[in-house]
Amino acid sequence: MSDKSNNNLYAIEARDVNLYYGDFRAVKEIGGLKIHQQKITAIIGPSGCGKSTMLRAFNRMNDFVSTFHLEGEIVFHDKNIYDQDVDPVQLRRYIGMVFQKPNPFPKSIYDNIAWGAKVNGFRGNMDDLVEETLVKAALWDEVKDELKKSALALSGGQQQRLCIARALAVRPEIILMDEPCSALDPIATLKIEDLMRELSENYTIIIVTHNMQQAARASDYTAFFTMDEDRAGLMVEFGETNQIFTNPKEKKTEDYISGRFG
Amino acid sequence: MTREYLDRRVHQLEDEILLLGSMVEQAVLHSVETLRTQDTRGAKAIIEDDIIINEKRYAIENAILITIATQQPVGRDLRRLAAMLEVSTELERMGDYAKGIAKVTMRLVNCEIEVPYREINQMAELSVGMLHRALGAFIAENPNVASAIPAEDDLVDELYNRVYHTVVNLTIQNPEIVDKANHIMWVAHNLERMADRVTNICERTVFIATGELLDMDTSDDEDDIDE
Repeated sequence: MSDKSNNNLYAIEARDVNLYYGDFRAVKEIGGLKIHQQKITAIIGPSGCGKSTMLRAFNRMNDFVSTFHLEGEIVFHDKNIYDQDVDPVQLRRYIGMVFQKPNPFPKSIYDNIAWGAKVNGFRGNMDDLVEETLVKAALWDEVKDELKKSALALSGGQQQRLCIARALAVRPEIILMDEPCSALDPIATLKIEDLMRELSENYTIIIVTHNMQQAARASDYTAFFTMDEDRAGLMVEFGETNQIFTNPKEKKTEDYISGRFG
Repeated sequence: MTREYLDRRVHQLEDEILLLGSMVEQAVLHSVETLRTQDTRGAKAIIEDDIIINEKRYAIENAILITIATQQPVGRDLRRLAAMLEVSTELERMGDYAKGIAKVTMRLVNCEIEVPYREINQMAELSVGMLHRALGAFIAENPNVASAIPAEDDLVDELYNRVYHTVVNLTIQNPEIVDKANHIMWVAHNLERMADRVTNICERTVFIATGELLDMDTSDDEDDIDE
């Protein structure tokens, strides 16, 4: 897992994937979904189209659902992450996640970052690491004088940036974001989007969002998912965000992005 | 500050518009120069290179549409991008005027007609000067500077009238040159129209700043016909 792939174009790739909860096929026939390295890829689509299930498959977060299973491969560092010898805890160090609702630990701002790093065996200067990640998450200037303050005293937008800082503290390669702004006000949302742009210079980001305007604003690539007649989610179109939002190839995509869906 | 990405895209577009503007300025000045020096090779290059101007305009248009579609600009941001769309069209049409003048160069070569170069040169320099400052005001979003520029169009119109009278007199003296005289009028007409289009750019600058679309054109074609 530690050997970084020589193929610099793609960070992670879903190949011939079907995702199931028990007998129910939640996502079907993802022939090839290649996530570009150090770019932002958005997964959009109506409720129930399987976009979050797809996202969670990228770091085996679905393992927590006992009925979940996957057919196909998700390839990271030239290896299928669902192979038996892959440790999902190790995997999630490389592929971090930020959730819909900011979920800082009920501890100080400092400890929120230090804790994950310590658990992952960080041996360097913790003060430096805390500062470095808070700077990267564009939060440092706002909290540098009150690092001992409880993280829960921060605003929602600040909490979410703290969660991003916490994800960065274990030095991941990919950050998965599941509706990271849905609990935030518009200005906090725009701050997160600007932050994503900055982070994408060093990290690969995959974001699931209900808000297709956000996908348009903040991503480089967009995958549009929808639900088929059998209620399984499927990918209708994948392409550069600029193309998807100005000249989509599929009529279903055009209908959805122009608000003529359903 | 939020919306850094949108701001960055807008700055890139501003640079592209300035670049397109300077391509057009060069083409217009060069076209008038080829007329004076009977430089058919230079004229041919201007005609051929017009495609570069056109392509640049379409690239800018495409980038603006992508920016509008993906970044959802509103208020001043939206007015700015809408104005850029208009300005890139105006610039492309000015490029066509340079091409038109270059075509006249090809047709007037070795012909014995006294072309009023001095006036034509002045028209070109005035129009290009207006364009240059209008684009500066546009990018700086300075409505005061922009509002002052259209009045200069009167000078260009005056020179146009002088060319017109010169050419009419020449034609009266020698009716056989009427075709060539017509070509010269085309040159003057193109330069006069260019100055009019500069006015449109100034209108867009005021539009960005105030949201109002003012008609700043002090001499439109219909008035000319009435005269």
